[in-house]
Amino acid sequence: MDALSRIEGRAIPFGAKNVDTDIIIPAVWLKTITRDGLGQGAFETIRAVEGNVFDDPDYAGSPILIAGDNFGCGSSREHAAWAILDLGIRAVIAPSYSDIFSGNAVKNGILPVVLPQDAIDRLMEVARDGHEITVDLDTQTVTTPFQDRFAFDIDPFRKHCLLNGLDEVALTLERQAQIGTFESQRAAAQDWLTKGTHI
Amino acid sequence: MASKPRTLYEKIWDDHVVETRDDGTAMIYIDRHLVHEVTSPQAFEALRIAGRPVRRPELTLAVPDHNLPTTARRDAGGNKVPIADPQSAAQLAALEKNAPDFGIEYIGDADEKQGIVHVVGPEQGFSLPGTTIVCGDSHTASHGGLGALAFGIGTSEVEHVLATQTLLLQRSKAMEIRVEGSLPDGVTAKDLILHIIGVIGAAGGSGYVIEYRGAVFEKMSVEQRLTVCNMSIEAGARAGLVAPDETVFRYLKGRPMAPHDDDWDKAVAYWKTLHTDAGAQFDKSVVINAADVEPTVTWGTSPEDVVAIGGVVPSPASFADESKQAAAQKSLDYMGLSAGTPLTDVAIENVFIGSCTNSRIEDLRAAAEVLKGRTKASNVRWAIVVPGSGLVKRQAEEEGLHTIFTDAGFEWREPGCSACLGMNPDKVPAGERCASTSNRNFVGRQGPGARTHLLSPAMAAAAAVKGHLTDVRDL
Ligand code: SF4
Repeated sequence: MDALSRIEGRAIPFGAKNVDTDIIIPAVWLKTITRDGLGQGAFETIRAVEGNVFDDPDYAGSPILIAGDNFGCGSSREHAAWAILDLGIRAVIAPSYSDIFSGNAVKNGILPVVLPQDAIDRLMEVARDGHEITVDLDTQTVTTPFQDRFAFDIDPFRKHCLLNGLDEVALTLERQAQIGTFESQRAAAQDWLTKGTHI
Repeated sequence: MASKPRTLYEKIWDDHVVETRDDGTAMIYIDRHLVHEVTSPQAFEALRIAGRPVRRPELTLAVPDHNLPTTARRDAGGNKVPIADPQSAAQLAALEKNAPDFGIEYIGDADEKQGIVHVVGPEQGFSLPGTTIVCGDSHTASHGGLGALAFGIGTSEVEHVLATQTLLLQRSKAMEIRVEGSLPDGVTAKDLILHIIGVIGAAGGSGYVIEYRGAVFEKMSVEQRLTVCNMSIEAGARAGLVAPDETVFRYLKGRPMAPHDDDWDKAVAYWKTLHTDAGAQFDKSVVINAADVEPTVTWGTSPEDVVAIGGVVPSPASFADESKQAAAQKSLDYMGLSAGTPLTDVAIENVFIGSCTNSRIEDLRAAAEVLKGRTKASNVRWAIVVPGSGLVKRQAEEEGLHTIFTDAGFEWREPGCSACLGMNPDKVPAGERCASTSNRNFVGRQGPGARTHLLSPAMAAAAAVKGHLTDVRDL
């Protein structure tokens, strides 16, 4: 996973609310057995309409996506995060996300920035006018060339993982001894739990 | 000193904390992991690349469901019928190979125990009260009907659980949804959960684990509780729970993977401690009057777009804020509906009875009861019943339900996710309408351009008979 600290560039002024995972990546695209290439199917239904923001040459290759409330609701499919990443997006800015989506985003090196709606409205304006936006994870701020400065919160552990490009599995495997202790305590108290799990 | 009163969610959570970090993130132990073919290939691939084994393969169960065609899987000579879609075939083949490679029990496509993961887990007794259960699928919330803390995870988390048998989680808030009284005649668990989602909204449960409390849930069968908990995710909640009780114990006793003999008694003794203590605080409480619930259907493209069957398609202007109004208009355009149309005037061409929400034996009985001696209307082009598992299928056949369905003009299929989502050959054609017992009416969910109306099995059967949405109580 690539480390991430500062993202600068054009932002896609999408802004839609309740964008579900079927919109981000329709089910037909879930049939892959690898993580690459899903950008082709990203926002397919929206991109079928002429003049959509995703295919607007002005926003081609933008590393930032601005969205509305409850972004990524619906299914747990991580393909939504892979698809967005495959489009080259490294930060999403929205007032809220589904829990599963924001977790999946972070695990794939995408920063889900939470900002209130009025900040989103302002950033949409800046993005539409063709100006760049800067998302700085280190200082936890989103800035524009016009003195706008919006601070955002992020869970410190998520921040640490994103800044250092850390793989969570490797981090947890360092705690094998603790997991083993927990397992033996449970095996002693509730041995029935792990018997008979085979048919 | 008496310990602080806790909610059911807190009790299960506390029993699974391996350690807590300074920032409040907890490492939670996972007791049961269900794996299907769609969200697992990339996780197994990552393990292979990193040379990591599965920590507790015996706590993991693999079942294919999403991609499997629901037509015959073996020809007359007993040979595997090839799967036409090469990508579906590749995903299924990957699971069939990955499971044994990593020492995981695999229930194959032609095994009678095969079915939708969320039907198989409870049916086999793999899912138990008080356990943490995960699966790379958001409807894992279903298993909360047994009193388990069950939730969907993404593929990176699937990998994390396979490698470590744990997850790193922040504790959710606890919400109580209390429904007292009893549901009116002809009103089912599915109507109730659709009604609840309408009340709290599709994001109303966001950040919460919901505990369903009150007389209505206590009276429900396990299968009905599974239906309710299944759709917790459609209200945005992480998970849904009903406290385990005698109904659950009776359901589980003797199931193949449930504890046996002395172990059973020890397990029940523990399960009996799993209820919210008197005086425990919820972060939010919602009270719903059971008497207010009617047979309910959806009119739009979000599960919160619900209306009682006696109602009309709402006008976008009736919504409070502008963005909701715009969303409602978009939904209506997609659905090909106009405001003010009585729901009972909405003609349907397709009927789907199935999915992890409503494909268990009680669901099929409810639909068959309505269809007995009746046939589908001539404008209903396609009607299918897809049992949730091979065992449900066999049970239904033993009860003669399949002939009721086929006599009524339904197709009787092999178990799987089927038309719940457009991943396998069972799709609703663009522009056509489907009365569906599944859980999601999102744009394109049942196939590109498909228009979905969510409802209960009895209501779906009634719609098939009439050829339009209808109140099953009027039949
Ligand atoms: S039946 Fe539908 S909701 Fe349930 S697991 Fe399958 S695809 Fe998901």
